[in-house]
Amino acid sequence: MDVNWANVFDWMMLLKCFVTGGVICIIGQILIDKTKLTPAKILVIFVTAGAVLGGLGIYQYLVDFAGAGATVPLTGFGYNLAKGAIEGVQQSGLVGSFTGGVKAAAGGIAAAVFFGYLASLISKPKMKKQ
Amino acid sequence: MEKLGKQTIKFNTPPTILDCASIVGPKESQGPLAKYFDQTLDDEFWGEKTWEKAESKIIKETVNTVISKSGVAANEIDCMFAGDLLNQCISSCFGLRELSIPFFGVFGACSTFVESMCLGAMAIEAFANNVLCATSSHFCSAEKQFRFPLELGNQRPPTSQWTVTGSGAAILTKDGQGPYITHITPGKIVDMGIKDANNMGAAMAPAFADTLIAHFLDTGRNPSYYDAIISGDLGHIGKEISIDIAKSQGYNIKSNYNDCGVLIFDKNAQDTHSGGSGCACCGTVFSGYLFKQLKERKMKKILLIATGALTNSTTSQQGETIPGIAHAISIEV
Repeated sequence: MDVNWANVFDWMMLLKCFVTGGVICIIGQILIDKTKLTPAKILVIFVTAGAVLGGLGIYQYLVDFAGAGATVPLTGFGYNLAKGAIEGVQQSGLVGSFTGGVKAAAGGIAAAVFFGYLASLISKPKMKKQ
Repeated sequence: MEKLGKQTIKFNTPPTILDCASIVGPKESQGPLAKYFDQTLDDEFWGEKTWEKAESKIIKETVNTVISKSGVAANEIDCMFAGDLLNQCISSCFGLRELSIPFFGVFGACSTFVESMCLGAMAIEAFANNVLCATSSHFCSAEKQFRFPLELGNQRPPTSQWTVTGSGAAILTKDGQGPYITHITPGKIVDMGIKDANNMGAAMAPAFADTLIAHFLDTGRNPSYYDAIISGDLGHIGKEISIDIAKSQGYNIKSNYNDCGVLIFDKNAQDTHSGGSGCACCGTVFSGYLFKQLKERKMKKILLIATGALTNSTTSQQGETIPGIAHAISIEV
């Protein structure tokens, strides 16, 4: 079978995804290099910013534009929480605002715990190279 | 023993530094001073299960090495002064528990090695014939306690320093042929309001300058009296700040001043950012490199000023400032 690889991927989407994800990471790198913020604080800022932008409906434009480039970075997790909470309210009222966010993020949370445990079984922390 | 000026003590019968020993970890083994250390390790665990156990083993073996090198039997040592960075100085307590030598635990953060030698020298003048001084630190156990778990794999900012893995130990004796500890200048706690736990050099530099100037004022000496003035672990950033502070106070130390944290690593080849730090930084550089320079009379008079950041993980998380301290000993052959 003759596959035309050039048409298999949406190259424009891949580029947008790469650039958007990259820009989000560059913001994180600038915060590490130029401010006194600890990595833990930057993590919280990113998730919170994603949740706020998600709740206001702004982050949705970025997701539509860049796909996984916007949903995979930490801000995407915040966006997911906000989106889940909004959907939760639509389905089950006020209680949904508490349960919806975590429900939407359940896959990510469980996977993080599971793979974290798996990694701890097969690897050992070492001295940094630099 | 007599007091000079505000905070310096002069010894009438100066104690001799009989011998020194040092063991260092993998990173230090690739550094420019590698050939001066008694033992270089290629595994940060040294066959142990945890970094804490490894650090205890390093200080234990370093002390065993200095005892066997010096020819002084363990039961002839009247007391020992030792400390480290881990909570409640457990590396020293666990590593030295089998020695059966009276033990004084010392905490002076990274100034511990020189603080121990100050106390050891006073003990010699007071009652003792032989005193052991030791300290240790370990990159992994220190990162875990003071910064982040290594599992997190976070990046180190450009101002951060690399905690030296290793241990330094010295035996002081009453009747010896030198090098002699002629003066000590214990430092005051100096807090200039620095809060960044990743910029210890800047936090400690004012304490270094304070003790340096106090030493010159008390003894009437000036920087050119010494072949070398060596600070403990200020690193590249702290070294530059120190030169500037000393200059602003009228002391030009640029030509004969250096820092153990600068000496122990090759900044460009080893990517250690601002240089080495930790109790073992001053401990191993003195025990390995500087002591041999004194023994071979390549240096005859040095002023060793170890610096410490008096902080812990709770105070830095609560946003407190980092008080600094620096203790000086003047060593002459």
